[in-house]
Amino acid sequence: MNWSEFFAMKGYAWYIWGSYGMALLIFIIEIVMVRHRKMLTLQQLQLMRNAEDDMT
Amino acid sequence: MAINWFKYSSPSTFYGVAGKMVPWFAWSAAILFVAGLYISFFVAPTDVQQSEAYRIMFIHVPASILSMFIYLVMAGYAALGLIFNTRLSSMMASALAPTGALLAFLSLWTGALWGKPMWGAWWVWDARLTSELILLFLYLGFIALHASIDDPRRADRASALLAIIGSVNVPIIYFSVQWWNTLHQGASVKFTGTSMHVAMQQGMYTMMLAVWLYAIAVSLLRVRCIILERECKAQWVSELVEVRR
Amino acid sequence: MKPRQRKFVYIIFALVALGTAVGLVLYALNDNISLYFTPTQVLNKEAPQGRGFRMGGLVVTDSVKRQSDGLTVHFSITDTAKSMPVVYKGFLPDLFKEGKGVVVHGKLEAGNVFRADEVLAKHDENYIAPEAAYAMKQAAKGQSAVNAASSVNAPITK
Repeated sequence: MNWSEFFAMKGYAWYIWGSYGMALLIFIIEIVMVRHRKMLTLQQLQLMRNAEDDMT
Repeated sequence: MAINWFKYSSPSTFYGVAGKMVPWFAWSAAILFVAGLYISFFVAPTDVQQSEAYRIMFIHVPASILSMFIYLVMAGYAALGLIFNTRLSSMMASALAPTGALLAFLSLWTGALWGKPMWGAWWVWDARLTSELILLFLYLGFIALHASIDDPRRADRASALLAIIGSVNVPIIYFSVQWWNTLHQGASVKFTGTSMHVAMQQGMYTMMLAVWLYAIAVSLLRVRCIILERECKAQWVSELVEVRR
Repeated sequence: MKPRQRKFVYIIFALVALGTAVGLVLYALNDNISLYFTPTQVLNKEAPQGRGFRMGGLVVTDSVKRQSDGLTVHFSITDTAKSMPVVYKGFLPDLFKEGKGVVVHGKLEAGNVFRADEVLAKHDENYIAPEAAYAMKQAAKGQSAVNAASSVNAPITK
């Protein structure tokens, strides 16, 4: 079996790679969004803490 | 020896525990994805009826089953939060919802791409497809309802009710192919065994486990964010190393 | 009863009530939720008259006949009890085969002929490797079970 034959998937390439491509895209987007959310939250908390430190 | 479970149900303890667990789940998920894809594309043979197109199954079935399972777990956590007033269970429910919604969407997407070449239609309003679409809207409704109420405790209670009511839909999805005439085929994964070649089964179960572990890892990451956001005034949060920088 | 227990009872009660309600609604809507009617139902006039509906079943073996225009196809659909002739003009899905499941949309015409405007193939939940299918065919032809078993690389769990 050669690679171009493998990627052609007997004519079902668009459907199969479309499915797995979307799966990959979803997983990547989800991970990026969660990491981004963590970064924002920590920034917010650091700001809050610094503001508190300034007051005392 | 009695383990003090309530110790683990306090957000401050769980924040640390979850942080330690994430890499384990994430790495085992990654390894299983590689193994699962290898079995799915290089070991599993071509199907007699559907040729190569059936290989969409290896992502479609895990996404569909987990979208239903995560909904039940989410509703369970939401119910616990409602009954015992535990903050952490409600946070877990909120952390699971986006992952469940994405998997429900993935299930519909891969289903459409599978349906077009095999059935001849991207979409039909049959009971299985429609009830899975309702599941996606239940997830979105849960997220939207929670976001629309400012007071987090009230948001928890309102969305918990929606989650619990919506859980009726899960058995409907599962049994729809038995109860009504549908275009969607019957269940390949049954309580009594499967109607599938062994290598195909191995591929599917490996992929399912991989998606499962991925879902746990990403929900734990998300619940850590939610804990920090909602406990931002607590002493222990301001003492965290990552906050003190 | 403690408030916590009362809440628990309420939730259980609400779920049971809701489940019953949904069950009754689904039961009442049974025919509308089903995607298609079987030929038996159609012949019993249970299908809607004068408007389009879906009919499903298996394509009768040796019933598929193509007209000379290359597009119009005649075949029969059976639910193993009754069968119904269908006329369809258009492209058929990859999985359309004699003896396999199919769901058609269209109208009933005079003389109990179903004129379809859409044909969808319905596949089953069995996934079989070609060599296993070949072995099963050979076994069915009456070859010795030993031969068939040795040509199956991996057993099929059923």
